[in-house]
Amino acid sequence: MANNTTHTIEYQSLSKTLLILLFLTFVTITIASVHLGAFTLAVALLIACVKSFIVLSNFMHLKYESLLLRILVGMVFVLFALIVAITFIDYAFR
Amino acid sequence: MSNVSANSEYVSYLDHHGKYKGIMSWIMATDHKRIALLYMYSIMTFFIIGVVLGIMMKLEMLTPGETIMKAKMYNSVFTLHGILMIFMVVIPGLSAVFGNFFLPIHIGAKDVSFPKLNRFSWWIFVVGSIMAVLSQVLKDGPPDTGWTFYAPYSTTTSSNVIMATAAAFVLGFSSILTGLNFIVTIHQLRAPGMKFFNMPLFPWALYATAWIQLLATPVIGITLLMLIAERAFHIGFFDPALGGDPLLFQHLFWIYSHPAVYVMMLPAMGVITEIIPTFCQRQIYGYKAVAVSSLAIAGVGFLVWGHHMYTSGMSDTARWFFSLLTFIVAVPSAIKVFNWITTMYKGSIDVKPPFLYALAFIFLFIIGGTTGLLLGSVATNVQVHDTAFVVAHFHYIIFGGMGFAFFAAIHYWLPKMYGRMYDFKMANIGLVINFIGFNLLYFPQFVIGIQGMPRRYFDYPAKFQPAQLVSSIGGFILVTGLIIMIYTLVKGARKGAPAPANPWRGSTLEWQIPSPPSVENFDEEPVIKENPYDYK
Repeated sequence: MANNTTHTIEYQSLSKTLLILLFLTFVTITIASVHLGAFTLAVALLIACVKSFIVLSNFMHLKYESLLLRILVGMVFVLFALIVAITFIDYAFR
Repeated sequence: MSNVSANSEYVSYLDHHGKYKGIMSWIMATDHKRIALLYMYSIMTFFIIGVVLGIMMKLEMLTPGETIMKAKMYNSVFTLHGILMIFMVVIPGLSAVFGNFFLPIHIGAKDVSFPKLNRFSWWIFVVGSIMAVLSQVLKDGPPDTGWTFYAPYSTTTSSNVIMATAAAFVLGFSSILTGLNFIVTIHQLRAPGMKFFNMPLFPWALYATAWIQLLATPVIGITLLMLIAERAFHIGFFDPALGGDPLLFQHLFWIYSHPAVYVMMLPAMGVITEIIPTFCQRQIYGYKAVAVSSLAIAGVGFLVWGHHMYTSGMSDTARWFFSLLTFIVAVPSAIKVFNWITTMYKGSIDVKPPFLYALAFIFLFIIGGTTGLLLGSVATNVQVHDTAFVVAHFHYIIFGGMGFAFFAAIHYWLPKMYGRMYDFKMANIGLVINFIGFNLLYFPQFVIGIQGMPRRYFDYPAKFQPAQLVSSIGGFILVTGLIIMIYTLVKGARKGAPAPANPWRGSTLEWQIPSPPSVENFDEEPVIKENPYDYK
């Protein structure tokens, strides 16, 4: 059952990923000073999710894994989104 | 069935010490079976302490007013009882003990994927447990918040909340690492031919549980860190006086702690699903439905936390939404109960102690589950919220469910774990006393709860005394049964007659290898050809 295939990623590709992550961190910091009202949290979470996805996909080699594993990790994102959304059913309608 | 090769140069894992000797051969063990036993001995120690604390509470509740302790002491006793039983007994209980021991064997593996990480998980568990015990004896006094650490009280009380929450935080890491280990083990180490849908159902339950451990436990970790930060640095997360919101604590706490109920219950359901086909000599009814229902419980169970907060000031929209989801999560649980009972129909039933414990589990779980529906409905919940009714429901699920499933599991697998049998007659006597004591202890709490007896109160009006007396007597009977049961099992494990490889005529892989198993479980990797419950 084991999938023991190894993958080597070029330093160039890893560097690009790092730069994208740093750029998104810069966006997160910058956007904190922009008044977005109710969307402040949503935007921050969205950027965090994109960064997590990039880390999982590139640094953690998820893009080379089986479809089943990718679906399972995707389900985690869906679950997280659901938990946040349901929590806000309380705060939004209080 | 499968092709299984017994070890030709058989050495039991109990006799194989590796490069260490004496107690170090246990503390440094990486064998999943030895680690399972380490967990079991630790957990049983904390269980016994938890039972003593429970009996102290029952003694206090024998009469109205102060009986053996003051109110503040009572608060500390039920807090410690809760912390010990929840974080150190029932959450790790089944998955850390029987999951560790039997998951690799069930899937035809030699060990878990990360044996050293497995050992590290137990070490962390011990460190967290020591911290929890220290929180009771350090100078600020034992925490008095209850196991839920609700803010804002937990942010202001002078008791040792930081140490207790730090202990729960550390214990959480043990749970996360165990869950991670199990997920990787199931994905990577299944024997050739073993697809997901011909894996036994106990690993299925452990798989669903492991995802909860992995995904939900970090939430409580962060929450407890936020609580510590608020106490230490006055950062306003939860205390309204600091600009915080106490409901945020409750949301975060229950986002973990409700799924944690399924960390306790899913392996329990997995145990029962193993026992019933074996003692009925029948293929489990609706294999796929039982397997998928474990995932469904884990998935939907993540989304129902708000039913603990109906009276906390949540929005009405959230209340009906959580109520709806709570009723939905009852469906996969009911599917399991239906399938267990249907499996028994026309079965060739062999009435032995593990099967009787499984029957007791089903009976108690049905009571716990149906009273849970009463609590899931907003209209009825607000009437009994924070009453003894909740205490009764909770204990029917956790003790009647997980506890009796643990007892069923140890009666089922002890011959395999120790290679010895126990006295069936004594085991049955213990079971009957446990069952009577349990119901006498907790059923009256339903009645006085509906009548308005609050939970966590050390005092009560005289009209509740008859029920409290019955409940306390039930507690003493239950302890008697537990003593008989533990004595019978310890005696069996030490001096019982040698157990055959397959004393119950089971069909899963653990029954195809010697009792007790060898260090590497299988001489050769088994090849799986058919479903695990082939009783044709």
